[in-house]
Amino acid sequence: MDIARHWRLRDQRYNLQGTVCAGCGHKMFPPRVVCPECRSRKIETFEFSGQGEVYSHTVVYQAPEGFDAYVPYVAALVRLEEGPLISAQLTDVNVDEVAIGLPVEMVTRKLTEQEENGLIVYGYKFRPRF
Amino acid sequence: MREVAIVGIGQTPVGEHWDRSLRDLSVQAILDALDDAHIARADALYIGNMLSGELASQEHLGALVADHLGLAGMEAIKIEAACGSGGAAVRSGALAVASGQQDVVIAAGVEKMTEMSSNCTTRYLASAADGDYEAAQGFSFVAINALIMQRYMYEHGLHKEDFAPFAVNAHANAVGNPHAMFRRPITEAQFRAAKPICAPITLLDSSPMADGAAAVILCPLDRAREFSERPIRIAASALATDTVALHDRRDVLFLQAGYESARRAYRQAGVGPDDIDLFELHDAFTIMAALSLEATGFAERGQGVRLAQEGEITRRGRIPICTMGGLKGRGHPVGATGVYQIVEAVQQLRGQAGDNQIEARRAMTQNIGGSGATIVTHILETMD
Repeated sequence: MDIARHWRLRDQRYNLQGTVCAGCGHKMFPPRVVCPECRSRKIETFEFSGQGEVYSHTVVYQAPEGFDAYVPYVAALVRLEEGPLISAQLTDVNVDEVAIGLPVEMVTRKLTEQEENGLIVYGYKFRPRF
Repeated sequence: MREVAIVGIGQTPVGEHWDRSLRDLSVQAILDALDDAHIARADALYIGNMLSGELASQEHLGALVADHLGLAGMEAIKIEAACGSGGAAVRSGALAVASGQQDVVIAAGVEKMTEMSSNCTTRYLASAADGDYEAAQGFSFVAINALIMQRYMYEHGLHKEDFAPFAVNAHANAVGNPHAMFRRPITEAQFRAAKPICAPITLLDSSPMADGAAAVILCPLDRAREFSERPIRIAASALATDTVALHDRRDVLFLQAGYESARRAYRQAGVGPDDIDLFELHDAFTIMAALSLEATGFAERGQGVRLAQEGEITRRGRIPICTMGGLKGRGHPVGATGVYQIVEAVQQLRGQAGDNQIEARRAMTQNIGGSGATIVTHILETMD
């Protein structure tokens, strides 16, 4: 069980905590220690609002192990309003309603459940904005 | 730096080899390549592979394969760059010869993908992506490619059916390749009716999971005729990287590493796209074929699909691709694929491509790791 790995990601999974470059203002999710735009190492934490819109989407019919129970589900690239793209599932939505440009917001949902007595992993998904 | 030639090739048929192990496949392909170069040993082995640890419970492939070739003692290491491992292994071998550190080198690739159930293999393939921020969200590798394809269709006003010529061409060419997994043609109607894996990607946009191994023998160009009557010169070898995660790309619809590695390769060889007679590209999915054509200058942005629709990618077209079936028709044993591409380009340049023979003096290959994070481009030429 990769407990430490999931625990380590808690600020990202629950709070969309990324980073911002103190040099050029570039905002990053996931967090980085070097700015890919200006190579500055002056990096500060930055919490994203969780608001965004669908940039691209797919319906997954054949899932990787660990996600079989959830098919079909929607995987998307979401353009966060602060700039970065994020890879996340969409939830609380009919497959037919999903379109590029759909406004969405971050929610906390179960990502996967490991084998018996294993972890239940929670994290961010996005749903159509209320 | 010394110039490098390919003087031997070997490949196993691509398919579901239930009765053959990782080492069996590797050893067979390499022995065939050694025989083709009329030699029994080499100085070093670079073996491309992505998932032997996860799928076949076997790492330490360099030493294992050297041992089973009866060549324990030589330098031997595994090279890993996801689905770009094979191309990276050929480049590593070429660098070793060019540097003068090694003389006769084996560059090989192997993958054994049918050991586990397909959802398990799907999970491990996703390790080519960002583990914490793509795979952990339930994104398969197919899903990531589907996100690219969906956006590409949106931006360029295309429909899913428009991608059919890539798959139809690959299958048509696989018919004439005795090593290919799918030696049967498909029709556009079959393409339209195929079942979705991750919409809009269907089974017939996708290359199959498969087992296979391929190998080439490399040596200094000035010694090439000791080993082969028809040596092939490596005119260029280049590898470039991009962000691992699709969401971190500056432009998700452009293979920046494909552009960069091709640019370096064209410069090394002193040629441009107009000088290339055939192009073995990485059609893991139809969308990747389109993006590869655009990154390498054969098509403008958004025009890769049109090039295919106009028939220019067939064996009689302006730039034949996947001439022995490509990843879609030959099959895609991931870590071996980059070496199969080189082997097939050599077959074409030697005039050994049988029913699929094209008049060609210069071939290009492009091997893609992940959704474009590692891209290896080679240019090969005849020496006549």
